[in-house]
Amino acid sequence: MTKKKLDLNSPKVAPYVFILPFFLIFAIFFVYPICSTFVMSFQSVNINEVHFVGLANYKALFGSSTFPIAIRNSAIYTLLTLVILIPFPILLAVMLNSKAMRGSGFYRAILFLPILCSVVVAGMTFRFMFNETDQALVNNILINLFGGEKVRWLSLRWPAMGVMVTLATWRWTGINVIYFLSGLNSIPVELYEVSEIDGANSWQKFRYVTVPLLSPTIVYVLTISIYGGLSMFVESQMLWAGKTSPMNIGLTIVGSIYQKGISQGELGYASAAGLFLLAVVLIINLVQLRLTGVIGKKEA
Amino acid sequence: MENTRPTHKPGQRTIDTVLLIAFFTALAFIILVPFISIVLTSFKDSSQIIRNGFNLNIDWKNLTLDNYRAVFAGDNEYFNWFKNSLILTVVQTVATLFISAWVGFGFAFYDFKGKNFLFVCVLIVMMIPFEILMLPLYREIIALNLTNTYIGIMLPYLAHPIAIFFFNQYLQGIPREIIDSGRIDGCSEYGIFLRLILPIMKPALAAMAIYVGMFSWNNYLWPLLVLRDTAKYTLPIGLTSLMSPYGNNYQLLIAGSVLSVLPIMILFFSAQKYFIEGMTSGSVKG
Repeated sequence: MTKKKLDLNSPKVAPYVFILPFFLIFAIFFVYPICSTFVMSFQSVNINEVHFVGLANYKALFGSSTFPIAIRNSAIYTLLTLVILIPFPILLAVMLNSKAMRGSGFYRAILFLPILCSVVVAGMTFRFMFNETDQALVNNILINLFGGEKVRWLSLRWPAMGVMVTLATWRWTGINVIYFLSGLNSIPVELYEVSEIDGANSWQKFRYVTVPLLSPTIVYVLTISIYGGLSMFVESQMLWAGKTSPMNIGLTIVGSIYQKGISQGELGYASAAGLFLLAVVLIINLVQLRLTGVIGKKEA
Repeated sequence: MENTRPTHKPGQRTIDTVLLIAFFTALAFIILVPFISIVLTSFKDSSQIIRNGFNLNIDWKNLTLDNYRAVFAGDNEYFNWFKNSLILTVVQTVATLFISAWVGFGFAFYDFKGKNFLFVCVLIVMMIPFEILMLPLYREIIALNLTNTYIGIMLPYLAHPIAIFFFNQYLQGIPREIIDSGRIDGCSEYGIFLRLILPIMKPALAAMAIYVGMFSWNNYLWPLLVLRDTAKYTLPIGLTSLMSPYGNNYQLLIAGSVLSVLPIMILFFSAQKYFIEGMTSGSVKG
């Protein structure tokens, strides 16, 4: 650095002024918090004293009775949302895009509506729809159609998982359909015409033209779905009205970070849980980007 | 937006059309069920909710406006929360868009040392869920004395990675000569951004305004950590604070929830194109 007065208007300096807000916020509200979680995860943090405890928090974390349940719930939830929220929206997008379809703009708008609804309102609505009385919507319909007993949706493990996944499906199907529609629109029509001349049927066109050319969109939706699945918390908070779910059937990884860190003030333990999740997210992202060829291939 | 295309095999095509429309109509109904059930319940006696939950049964004689009367009666904080949410949403959207466009312009129009590294940082922030950072961020906000303030809510998101990414992509399509012509006209680098670039960015800003605005209006977890006073609550936090089983809060909760979704619905139907563009703006076009 020279002593010369900094000319803010020179094209050499200006870019740094433009980037500065991002840099500051990145340093203060991203890098610093990650470093401080890292440090805290090796500490016992109380109001008056902070001391180094080595791996004790990690031992407590994986030795606890609840955190493995949270990992299991988050993993199953994420997996189920992936299994539903990728193939099903692709199919819907293809159907909406088909030449025989009429009024697709209208149906697209309807599909989009759930995403406008806050997770607070959506979660509460699902809680009351899956209420455990026989009068509540879902039980009412099931009893009228099939007879039998009311289901205790939010008290039993798999029914509760079903409710959480249903909520996610309701909220995210529409937006994923929109992603896939925009992906479909970037596939050249000629490819379909050529395959038609070659005598391909609908399934073959789907399998050999649509799916391969849709793969960038599929990778993107996969990424955001993993992100959404692993960071799920408010949904279960709303379904159980802020209370602990019975036998922790609705506890997620972020739920246990919140419970331990915010509600009970066990910062070291919660930080260890946070870092565990960070590691999982990073590994999954890297593996996934690697497998799908986004990393390792030079960007154009 | 009807789009009639020439049909080649009329018979089969008509059957397909009927099947598709039947399928999507059924699907649309299923998607609307939660909306229908909450709207219907908002006109029912709220004391029935705990016992019956939401259902689609209609007892015409017992439908009532009492829940909405309770919201508008004024002896509650509902419209105070509504106002808070509105102010926070507008200020946060304007501030976030301006800062993110500012940064996005820097990335798109200049080559400088460390640019690639910094852009990778933007992508990394996009990849890490906020929930991982909430605990240290919460402590940081306490240390900075920003609890209970809207600044505390806005600051961490002010340079929004998705918005920066989107603006950068958008500006890639604009020729760089525009800065040269601005310089020749005697604009400063910042004047070029304010007078030449911002006006061109209108469509991108509109799409992002929807995205950031909706995110801000519906944001729950972070404001919940930052805010303490009920008087400062935003709608999502205020509404959840009504979820206690005591008193007659369910009147406010259900009718208030319906009213809280309305502004976004109205906005959606008046600016659908920007909504869809905004909500899908994170995706990378191959």
